[in-house]
Amino acid sequence: MTDRSALADDERPPKPRPAPVPDADSAEYWAAAHDGRLVVQRCTNCHHRQLYPRDRCLVCRGPVEWVEASGRGTVYSYTVIRQNYSRPFRDWIPYVVALVDLEEGPRVMTNIVGCEPEAVTVGMAVKAHFEAVSDTAGIALFSPDE
Amino acid sequence: MSAGPRRRAVIAGVATSDYPHLPHLSEHAVHAQAADRALADAGLTFADVDGLATTGFFPMYATGVAEYLGLHPIYLDETNTGGSSFEVLVEHAAHAVEAGAVDVVLVTYGSVQLSQMGRRLGTGGGGGGFAPGPAIYDALWGNTLVGNYALAARRHMHEFGTTPEQLAGVAVSMRRHAAHNPQAQEREPITVEDVVSSRLVADPLHKLDCCVISDGGAACIVTTEERAADLPRAPVYVLGAAHATTHHMNMSAMPSLTRTPAAQSGPVAFARAGITPQDVDVAQLYDSFTITVVLTVEDLGFCAKGEGGSFVENGGLELGGRLPTNTDGGGLSACHPGMRGMFLIVEAVRQLRGECGATQVPAAAIAVAHGTGGMLSTGATLVLGKEAP
Repeated sequence: MTDRSALADDERPPKPRPAPVPDADSAEYWAAAHDGRLVVQRCTNCHHRQLYPRDRCLVCRGPVEWVEASGRGTVYSYTVIRQNYSRPFRDWIPYVVALVDLEEGPRVMTNIVGCEPEAVTVGMAVKAHFEAVSDTAGIALFSPDE
Repeated sequence: MSAGPRRRAVIAGVATSDYPHLPHLSEHAVHAQAADRALADAGLTFADVDGLATTGFFPMYATGVAEYLGLHPIYLDETNTGGSSFEVLVEHAAHAVEAGAVDVVLVTYGSVQLSQMGRRLGTGGGGGGFAPGPAIYDALWGNTLVGNYALAARRHMHEFGTTPEQLAGVAVSMRRHAAHNPQAQEREPITVEDVVSSRLVADPLHKLDCCVISDGGAACIVTTEERAADLPRAPVYVLGAAHATTHHMNMSAMPSLTRTPAAQSGPVAFARAGITPQDVDVAQLYDSFTITVVLTVEDLGFCAKGEGGSFVENGGLELGGRLPTNTDGGGLSACHPGMRGMFLIVEAVRQLRGECGATQVPAAAIAVAHGTGGMLSTGATLVLGKEAP
């Protein structure tokens, strides 16, 4: 078997971040992040807020609308990935994958960037910033909220 | 169905295939080897089999295994809940034989994951950046399979003060059991220090907090007590079973990273079996990672939530300990071919039949096999007993 880790410092150009393919549920979410906004769904009936996007409220099955979120949250849990053979991720090692609880309630997975992995803690305050990953989609990354 | 005495589901035969490295066998040949041996153990032949339950990584899987084995069953089940699938398949098979829908169900598992895909699958892959449907939400960040379990481990440490050394205790105990299993993939003794000084794969999980990656298979025969009366092995009774799910592939959709589906399936299965956790003599608990076992002993009620770390340390899971667990060495040391659930059932049955030699739990009468699938996504609890309920 080829040891692909031996190719980690190869000469190939950096591989871009993967881009989601928007669908009927997610298009608005990815488009908002593309425009630098974090949005969550709010139930027009019971006001429950949720992510990921669905066609209805998870609590009462009522209709949902999009509302803008503050982009602030706290780290619920995190890990430092030190082994991943897939590009582009292996080029980033070590990097932080985290679950962030947004101020509005929903929890999202993300990368914590803008600090050393060792600086990340559970409960740390973080804020979103955005990266366009295609013509129709952006993603929310988080960094320490100082 | 004719009226008559209640049909009781039993396991009449079990077997493992050769493992952990089978470069000379196809995936289906591993099924066949395990099936041959389980049928021989039960004193049956393929001609006696009228039901087949198995699952793998593509649709119509059971149909393909039936074709390969030359079976034309009247009962097929390929429910896939990941690593817990085989506990679910046995639960379903037990219902089906008790209902009179089928008489002899062959449950098989086979995998040549190690030979086909190599070690990369478990500790390196899983972060490819593409996933169908809603799974995309957690797929964009380079998280890995190990990383998902690491998120749960980190949260458990935060909430309850669980330490890396306590997690390591699980791996140390499994390795002690594996020393008595000549087939086990890893048999050299390890210490807590060895585990916590092995390289970090995804903090806080080290290499030795992760299961091995193996080839292998296993099988069992589910039939009725009445049929088993004429067969060579003492029947093992399916006393109760239940399964549950909290989420699919997105850890962000798991309501609490420290409460697994076992918290739902366990109490239901125990109630159906008419037992409490205190009645369990020996446990076979899915050990994909050390944290998986800590969460499972808590959620099944063997200790209080948050006390799993102290429950498993200092030999708590070893023979003579608080809960003898994974007496074959588990997925952490013996064999982990992708969906290990079938092995849990085989070892539980062997314990109840008193066949485990150096790792036999004296007078074991009630065993639990609990499978965990996906990213802590599914749990299935099977309560097995030596005596009729």
